[in-house]
Amino acid sequence: MDLHFTSDTPSETERQAVDALLGPAESRWAGGTRSDKSQGQTSESGHRTSGQRHLLLPVLHAIHGRIGWISPGALNYACERLKVPPAEAYGVADFYDMFSLARHSPVVARVCDDIACQAKGANELCSALERSLGPAGSSSDDGPATWVRSPCLGLCERSPAVLVTGSGERPWNRVLAPSDEPDVSACLSSGRPGLTDTCPVESSVPQAGEPSLELLRRIGSSGAESLDAYRNSGGLDALELALQEGADWVLRQVEASKLVGRGGAAFPTGIKWRAVASASGPKYLVCNADESEPGTFKDRVLMEGDPYAVVESMAIASFASGCERAYVYVRGEYPRATERLQAAIDDFDAAGLLELCCPIEIRRGAGAYICGEETALFNSIEGFRGEPRNKPPYPTQAGLFGKPTLVNNVETLANVPPILLRGGDAFAAVGTERSSGPKLFCLSGHLARPGVYEAEFGVSVRDLIDLAGGVSGTGRLQAVLVGGAAGSFLAPDELDAPFTFEGMRAIGATVGSAVVMPFDDSVDLGRILLRIADFFRDESCGQCVPCRVGTVRQQELLERLHSGHPIGSVDQERLLLKDISQVMSDASICGLGHTAASAVDSALARFPIFSRSTQ
Amino acid sequence: MSDQSSADAPSLTIPIPRGPVPKAPARKVRPPVEVTVDGTSVTVPDGSTLLDACRQRGVDTPTLCYLETLEPVNVCRVCVVELEGSRTLVPACSRKAEPGMSIRTDSERVRLSRRMVLEFLASSTDVSTAPELQDYMERYGADSERYGDDGRPAASQAQPPKIDNDLYIRDYSKCILCYKCVEACGVDAQNTFAIAVAGRGFDAKIATEFDVPLPDSACVYCGNCIGVCPTGALMFKSEHDLRESGEWDESKQQTTDTICPYCGVGCTLTLHTQDNQIVKTSSPMDQEVTSGNLCIKGRFGWQFVGASKGSKAFADGESTED
Repeated sequence: MDLHFTSDTPSETERQAVDALLGPAESRWAGGTRSDKSQGQTSESGHRTSGQRHLLLPVLHAIHGRIGWISPGALNYACERLKVPPAEAYGVADFYDMFSLARHSPVVARVCDDIACQAKGANELCSALERSLGPAGSSSDDGPATWVRSPCLGLCERSPAVLVTGSGERPWNRVLAPSDEPDVSACLSSGRPGLTDTCPVESSVPQAGEPSLELLRRIGSSGAESLDAYRNSGGLDALELALQEGADWVLRQVEASKLVGRGGAAFPTGIKWRAVASASGPKYLVCNADESEPGTFKDRVLMEGDPYAVVESMAIASFASGCERAYVYVRGEYPRATERLQAAIDDFDAAGLLELCCPIEIRRGAGAYICGEETALFNSIEGFRGEPRNKPPYPTQAGLFGKPTLVNNVETLANVPPILLRGGDAFAAVGTERSSGPKLFCLSGHLARPGVYEAEFGVSVRDLIDLAGGVSGTGRLQAVLVGGAAGSFLAPDELDAPFTFEGMRAIGATVGSAVVMPFDDSVDLGRILLRIADFFRDESCGQCVPCRVGTVRQQELLERLHSGHPIGSVDQERLLLKDISQVMSDASICGLGHTAASAVDSALARFPIFSRSTQ
Repeated sequence: MSDQSSADAPSLTIPIPRGPVPKAPARKVRPPVEVTVDGTSVTVPDGSTLLDACRQRGVDTPTLCYLETLEPVNVCRVCVVELEGSRTLVPACSRKAEPGMSIRTDSERVRLSRRMVLEFLASSTDVSTAPELQDYMERYGADSERYGDDGRPAASQAQPPKIDNDLYIRDYSKCILCYKCVEACGVDAQNTFAIAVAGRGFDAKIATEFDVPLPDSACVYCGNCIGVCPTGALMFKSEHDLRESGEWDESKQQTTDTICPYCGVGCTLTLHTQDNQIVKTSSPMDQEVTSGNLCIKGRFGWQFVGASKGSKAFADGESTED
């Protein structure tokens, strides 16, 4: 490809950051110096160079981690090395929230002001930071540190949450949750900390240690600390069994278990596995760990608290489906999960266990909710903008790199070892007829003991709230958000509905990512709805018109209602909102647009929000 | 090959194949596909899209981001139809026709989505030079006024046109983000990759790297992006200047097809003239040599026409010809 570059050149530091990942440039054509070996001739061509585009996101991470922003010179060098057109690479870098394309402070505090944190004082925290550090993102170009508002960081049980990222020779992250203004200020001024997160994982799992637990049984135990300890706690038994009984036996167990995907779409896992296993040619396994749905943190807890189990499950899945390479796409806001997962993968590799299945590679996201959509995730891994693809074709037919791909959520995969060890039929007997197995629920908001809870399918929303110690705050429940920002609000009299796929459907809600977020009666629900509308406006990828413009028009309309300045009457606005909601759910490309109005719709149908703005 | 060279000396004689010469495998002829469009059965060749089926049935389906010469990106969603058994509407332009599919092209749901898409676009961009889009708006009763001031282009997307070269301008306040220019600049035609989509959501935009002016970018000024732009966001500088001075008048314009005089490829060139002056050029989309594409010379190299000998334009024209 004949590429054209601007005259910006990389600094030595930037060059080193890229070379540290890709190795030194072999020829001048690839941005290096003329070497004797190749005598200035092209040393790479064809597929070998064009086939490197999938390294774009890791290279951008390397640059950003080193200098705190993506400079024109560094981008040029990355493009020269990977043979990517600079305009396209710019479009990719500009897609992600965590990348800055203008000179930026090396240390950034990302302060979550999303719904769960908002209910626990995030706005107050932001005001305090404004007083002490100045307005969000306002640090001058060469300032040492700054703070920005962030969408949900997946630390809802520890709200209000802050993630501090630092660039430099050794990029670092620090999770501060729960956090306050002195904490954040101290971290911004002190620089590199020792640990990414000092809070033990088991503090996010109030049930930790209970013998009845299946998916969460190793959280807080020594079994998650090393591969040997994992093996001693019964780990690897499922992988051994799978290798012994064969791929087809594994597929039959997964089919018999009636397991359905835990990422939100509830697609039968066995059907996916069988489809990929029977496809020929190269194929891939992708573990979707881009958990970004506001209020959702179960996958983070699994990866941080039982990383070997996640890797073992991926090994089993790739063995059963015959995948030649596996990727786990972890959201960029999950530094500790990334560290622990990488350590577990390295241990598996060192023990020779990956030779039994296939190599496993971590890919880090960089702040984009949409990349949790499976086809957007493929594009992100491939080095393109994280825009969803049109379906069909489905991932099992043409997924990552256009090949058949098995894509499963972390929690879905975590169910596989128990399925194999207990047998698919025994697993299917747990829970209800149409919702089998144990399930993780993300409880946050106004609760006495927020955290990840494990329960068999069939429990009601009320049971879950009671499990978490009941409603805190004022103690008087106003509403419960279930399923996430793309889910639904329930009224206090709907809480006896079983939190199963069929039970939720019956009351017009969805299981989604199993979020249960109660709000007490001190919360301004209108403001929560506005935050949800803001979220979708910010996270729409911008590809299709219904979602790109619809999420904006929805947000503007709610803003008008909230401030009491409707165009025409409130009723007129409600009709317009109905139209906006319908076109988004009918005509958008992907699930983000389809569900961008569902929480708002459900709340307006149940609660007299905005009615006081009627003049 | 490598076995041979390591074991024995390589043989230079070409082995004569024994037996009959193998024939090319017979081409698989797939049966045509029968689908139902608004209750009437239509048969289309295998591989056709629902849009092809609609067109064959004579159903006029609006499209904005679709063009026969480009890979469908199905982003504008104005062509959506109701497919029986599908939870959501589907884009006709990219959805392949499958046997037994039944679609409705004018149901209440379809009309609502099309109307809303058009309202959304007109409420956020300047559609004054997009006659096709205006026609659709009228057909579907789209009212972009009901979004208030927030929805006006002024409040969201307004910006002065980017005029950074003498050949064409980019007025992104008119851009509906249909991706056509990106496709034409990239793998679907020119393979230059000077522009791409940057940003995200409502702030997504077409841009060069770091928004550098075109002369600093990879742009080769083929103008194929202008050829596919449905809204006039990309426009010949000559047209832009005439519009600015109020002289642009399509009723006074003629088009003349000719062959580009520059090289031996033989591209069909359509000259658009007003007052006996060439005001812009294009190439027919259905022309098999060009598929609507041209190069910088065919697209822009006509300033010397009508220029007096000795003028700068004449001299520029001569030097271009070299």
